[in-house]
Amino acid sequence: MNHWIIAPVVLPALLAPIIGFVMRHDIVLARTASLAGSAALLAIAIGLFVVAGGETQVYYLGNWPAPFGIVLVLDRLSALMVLIAALLALVVLVHAVATGWDNRGRHFHALFQFQMMGIVGAFLTGDIFNLFVFFEILLIASYGLMIHSGGRARMRAGLQYVVMNLAGSTLFLFALGVLYSTTGTLNIADLAVRLQEIPPEEAALVRVAAMLLMIVFALKAALFPVQFWLPRTYANAPAPVAALFAIMTKVGVYAILRVHTLIFGPGVEATEGLAGDWLFPAAILTIAVGGFGVLGTRRLMPLIAFSVIGSVGTLMTAVSAFSPDATTAALYYLVHSTFAAAALFLIADLVTRARGSDALTARPATVQNGLFAALFFAAAIGAAGMPPLSGFLGKLLILDALRDPSMIGWAWSAVLIGSLMTILGFARAGSTLFWKSTAVDSGDAQDRNTGQNAGQNAGPTPAPARAIEIAPAMAAIGILAIITVLAGPLSDYLEGTAGQLFNREGYVTSVLGTGGEE
Amino acid sequence: MEIVIASSVGVLTAAGIYLILRLRAFATILGLALLSYAVNVFLFASGRLAINLPPILSPYGEASYTDPLPQALVLTAIVISFGMTAVLVMVALGAYLETDDDRLDIDGTDQGRNDKNGDKAP
Repeated sequence: MNHWIIAPVVLPALLAPIIGFVMRHDIVLARTASLAGSAALLAIAIGLFVVAGGETQVYYLGNWPAPFGIVLVLDRLSALMVLIAALLALVVLVHAVATGWDNRGRHFHALFQFQMMGIVGAFLTGDIFNLFVFFEILLIASYGLMIHSGGRARMRAGLQYVVMNLAGSTLFLFALGVLYSTTGTLNIADLAVRLQEIPPEEAALVRVAAMLLMIVFALKAALFPVQFWLPRTYANAPAPVAALFAIMTKVGVYAILRVHTLIFGPGVEATEGLAGDWLFPAAILTIAVGGFGVLGTRRLMPLIAFSVIGSVGTLMTAVSAFSPDATTAALYYLVHSTFAAAALFLIADLVTRARGSDALTARPATVQNGLFAALFFAAAIGAAGMPPLSGFLGKLLILDALRDPSMIGWAWSAVLIGSLMTILGFARAGSTLFWKSTAVDSGDAQDRNTGQNAGQNAGPTPAPARAIEIAPAMAAIGILAIITVLAGPLSDYLEGTAGQLFNREGYVTSVLGTGGEE
Repeated sequence: MEIVIASSVGVLTAAGIYLILRLRAFATILGLALLSYAVNVFLFASGRLAINLPPILSPYGEASYTDPLPQALVLTAIVISFGMTAVLVMVALGAYLETDDDRLDIDGTDQGRNDKNGDKAP
């Protein structure tokens, strides 16, 4: 048994209370510990990613045999998700420390580590009740992070976010109750086995459980019609937290992939095709909501939030096909959209601070206008899916995978029109923010000809962003560039991942077959 | 027995959903509490209802038992929902003190519309 599998859960779980209780009065110490912890988490994640290349590995907690004890499962998919989460966490944490966001309220680092514990645990667990528990851990930490540093709009959006998710948690428990009463187990592998031989009179209950679970995960992933909490939450959260939340929607996507492929997936008579039939139209409508939102919003943060909704729609369109090809494409796009959204939020933070507001109106140009413009357009090109960055490849893969005649019409038009709307929205926002701003008079006639200084006299201007503040945003864009260059090897790996995900027997044998040895 | 459990889950859920739809912080907190009671009773019943039976296997012969796992699940769910309710109360209190208003629905301030209750002079 490889004990490193539980390390990414235990490390933040131990670090968070230490930061919270021992280092709460010393921000330097807390920053050091949190950064070191995140770096260690990334190192462990890379190690697990390398190890997970072969067989599915299982960690039996307390060495209890599988359907009775709790298991953690490390396969290619969970290793990939843990790696993305750890990488994103480090980037976001450096940004939060460099810009001082972490010091504008209490307990940022402790909550951040608890959040990572929940996210990583949700990816690794092989038990559906534990999935619920890890969801609650990541949610309760995210409530704290969401209202970090307070403020009127943020508290109000935070309250809505908490209420939405508590209602979602209740639905999750109802689904688990139904599932347990029909099958008598909560282990994912065991559920997969038992649902294949479910008697027809229980099939209706199983369908109810499958749909309830889908609603819960769709709520986390922000899929239509339960996407409405996302724009307000992301737009009002502190920017580094919004960037970290880029992985939270992916937790929902991951849960749908895992549960509705392994448990309710192809071959289960009771739920055959159920998930796909509902997910596909929901995903198309999600793209539409995201597209119209991007065009309609008047502020930068909601604009990015709506582009996140659009990317979730694109992602779920591919997921809803439930075929290995489409899942490969979806996973590539998942990696891409996580970092694209994070890059946009981090840049939006710098821009908002320089301008003093995130309203999309022409104002006198700020310091480093050119640099911010370049960063924003690079990230926007990535998010909108234009060449040369990875969004283009991701959407191309998705379109290529959705050639099925029953899907091609809706899927292709939705993805392409959605991309066009996103491009238009970002182009308009960018040209208002960075281009028209250079033509705006700061109100001081002498400055009219010295464009560069136009903003300087408008009042106390913030100091230019330091290199360390820009580095995380650049790193996120750099990751997009890397997954573009390494698209070949990455999609080969993801093909294996999708193959492993659809190989139900392999998963079941790994978890149940060799219980409790070593 | 079944009818009592089933109707109590139904009534609690209905009341909880009604209170959440009031879109006021206090009513919503009560509604979520009722929903969590409903789900706890529901989880408890998911191991099938049995009266006067221990949740352990008897080593002496054929004695029946009630499923212990749902009881453990309910315990976990109670602890989690208790903690969540505490957090919710604190967040709701913070939002109320910050905004002088306990409405949950969205005010359209960023759409250019006026906030109905936000304009009140102090």
